[in-house]
Amino acid sequence: MTLLSFKGGVHPPEKKLTKNAEIKTAPLPQKVVVFMLQHAGAPAKPIVQVGQQVKTGQVIGEPQGTISAYVHSPITGTVTSVSKINSPVHGMAVEAITIERSSDDDWELLPAVDYERASREELLDVVKKAGIVGLGGAMFPTHVKFAPPKPVDTLIINGAECEPYLTIDHRVMLERSDEILLGIEITKKILGVKSVYIGIEYNKKDAIDLLEKKWAGKVQVVPLRTKYPQGAEKQLINAITGKEVPSGGLPSDIGIVVQNVSTMLAIKQAIVDRKPLIERGMTLSGECVKENGNWWVRIGTPISWIIENLGKGFVEGIEEVKVLMGGPMMGIPVSSLDTPLLKGNNGITVIQEQERISTNCIRCSYCVFACPMNLQPYLLDLLSRKKRYDEAAAIGLLDCIECGSCSYSCPANVEHVKSIKLAKKVYKALRGGKK
Amino acid sequence: MKLLTTSAPHVRTQDSTRKIMIDVLIALIPAVIASTYFFGLYALILAIIGVVSAELVELFIMRVLKKDKEFVPNGSAAVTGLLLALNVSVATPWWVLLIGVFFAIAIVKHVFGGLGQNTFNPALAGRVFLLVSFPSAMTTWYSPINKFFGVYPADIQTTATPLAVLKLQGFESAKSFSYIDLFFGNRGGSLGETSIILLLLGFSYLVVRGRIKVMVPASYIGSVLLFSWIFYMVDPSKYGSPLFHVLTGGLMLGALFMATDMVTSPMTIKGQAIFGVGCGLLTMVIRYFGGYPEGVSLSIIIMNALVPLIDRYTQPRIFGRRVA
Ligand code: SF4
Ligand code: SF4
Repeated sequence: MTLLSFKGGVHPPEKKLTKNAEIKTAPLPQKVVVFMLQHAGAPAKPIVQVGQQVKTGQVIGEPQGTISAYVHSPITGTVTSVSKINSPVHGMAVEAITIERSSDDDWELLPAVDYERASREELLDVVKKAGIVGLGGAMFPTHVKFAPPKPVDTLIINGAECEPYLTIDHRVMLERSDEILLGIEITKKILGVKSVYIGIEYNKKDAIDLLEKKWAGKVQVVPLRTKYPQGAEKQLINAITGKEVPSGGLPSDIGIVVQNVSTMLAIKQAIVDRKPLIERGMTLSGECVKENGNWWVRIGTPISWIIENLGKGFVEGIEEVKVLMGGPMMGIPVSSLDTPLLKGNNGITVIQEQERISTNCIRCSYCVFACPMNLQPYLLDLLSRKKRYDEAAAIGLLDCIECGSCSYSCPANVEHVKSIKLAKKVYKALRGGKK
Repeated sequence: MKLLTTSAPHVRTQDSTRKIMIDVLIALIPAVIASTYFFGLYALILAIIGVVSAELVELFIMRVLKKDKEFVPNGSAAVTGLLLALNVSVATPWWVLLIGVFFAIAIVKHVFGGLGQNTFNPALAGRVFLLVSFPSAMTTWYSPINKFFGVYPADIQTTATPLAVLKLQGFESAKSFSYIDLFFGNRGGSLGETSIILLLLGFSYLVVRGRIKVMVPASYIGSVLLFSWIFYMVDPSKYGSPLFHVLTGGLMLGALFMATDMVTSPMTIKGQAIFGVGCGLLTMVIRYFGGYPEGVSLSIIIMNALVPLIDRYTQPRIFGRRVA
């Protein structure tokens, strides 16, 4: 069988240590810290005060502007602080609400809607009120993605899960396929699309077989080559349809919307179970945490609590560790274990630092062949470090998806991703938003 | 517990510059064995001198530049030293090789900024430097001794390389070299260039290991075949057959191991093809019309200089863009 894929990419060790571990429900944490910015766009505005009692599912942050999202209380308890704390994802202090739990869940549910009869607008409104964002990591508000600027005809479900260690999407597909399908049906209705595909890497053969059987005639299951970054939006679309999202454009420019499998589950939970996004599945894995597993965890749960209670602590005798939000290829290292779980965190990976001594580029061209965007990573790195931003932009600085395939494959350990990320920031700031 | 926050990706390839260089050294072992058989003990001594002196010169340079603290030898100097040793004649005095090594490492490599920054292949530049500075030592050839670790007698007669015979006496005379001998390496020439079969063996290892820009030798050798075929069609008595041109001189050593030097060859497939064809064309022009019978080194050096330009104009179309 020939498996579809994209050009370029790398093969990091898969390390899917938890692929057979059923997703367990974590006990409720004593305390949660909920960021007002857990989505792309503008932060939500806190609407609760210190001392106020909140219920599970109650709105505590309201969206500001078009691209923003609702934020809900993940537990039932008392607000103990509303203050700015450092967010590793955004690299700056962001407003956050701390809540101490007082009891078990006392729910405040979303408005009831009959998904079979409701109109597209009514469904979209509930999706918005549920605070759903892309759960694959990008955290783009889903209600915005569901109102694309151009008409779309194809929905692609992302079940690739190409990051090493992470297995939550895999487990969700195996354990919750009926609910995901319901989420897909609802999404189809909202978007008005006809064709639906799901792309799954071949290392999840059991999920491919299961869904092919259960979803026959409804969703086209597309087995994909196991290759990183197969789950990157543009590469996924390319593998399945052969099309390319135009540079600087959106999937909707070519009539496509991509959604993660876990987001589909969240849609079902919002519309059918009336639950806003306050909990998500995540993988806790890595060589430096004692117990690896897949868990349903409340948003806002501090990472320290997750490691202590779900992972039963760090492996002994290790002095330096990397705690990543996400997998090892694109994950963000946290500088404090107080950092809470965000809506987009599909995993916490706890690993040791691999030795890396950076030397000059030896022009081996490995990065050139690894880049899924067909860029010249060695040159982008060079121009970025020399602050020649305009030249870097001309050869695709802003087209870089920061997948890390270049740095992964580099024998000289050139830090392309680091310099490119910085250069992007500076370049955008210098241009002051001008295109 | 200390939390590290270095940049993503947090897993890296197990590969390293040193591993690449070691692979190249391994790939050159067959050529060293061939030279030790065809040209005896002294060939092996030169190879060892090349490797050891190159690493020592690099260490010395690092000390002079006060970079020796963080410097980890990666084997790239050894590769240069060995390639240079394989590019001289068995008649070359050892101290001439030393001078070449010093020039290659100290000037060509480190004056340009060290590994990865040099425009020219150091071993080739070293060879051309020696050719200009010690023309007679570099162009005195002996017939193979055909004995492992053999030692030449003091009154050894010099011989002519196949390309020199072709240039001076025409293809009929050059036919005295059988293709079989040329293929196995039984002829006069630079130490490592003669045995085509063992060069190919080492090259295959690099291909399997993914260590080589395969398009470079493919287009280089392909274009040499094509150009020499055209000339051969015009005048077979004068120009020599395509196969003769590929099997003789430093073409194979140059195409497989010198032109493919990572640092000094282009990054994209298209660029590598242009580079290879350029090398092939220049080599044949020098062989046909130049003052020297051989032109491989000079051709590659000239093309080395064009690499930045080639890289610039051969960037592929970026994903999602209409034109490059
Ligand atoms: S340059 Fe960007 S897109 Fe290309 S491999 Fe590197 S990180 Fe990925
Ligand atoms: S992989 Fe590293 S050493 Fe090789 S060309 Fe790219 S930047 Fe240079």
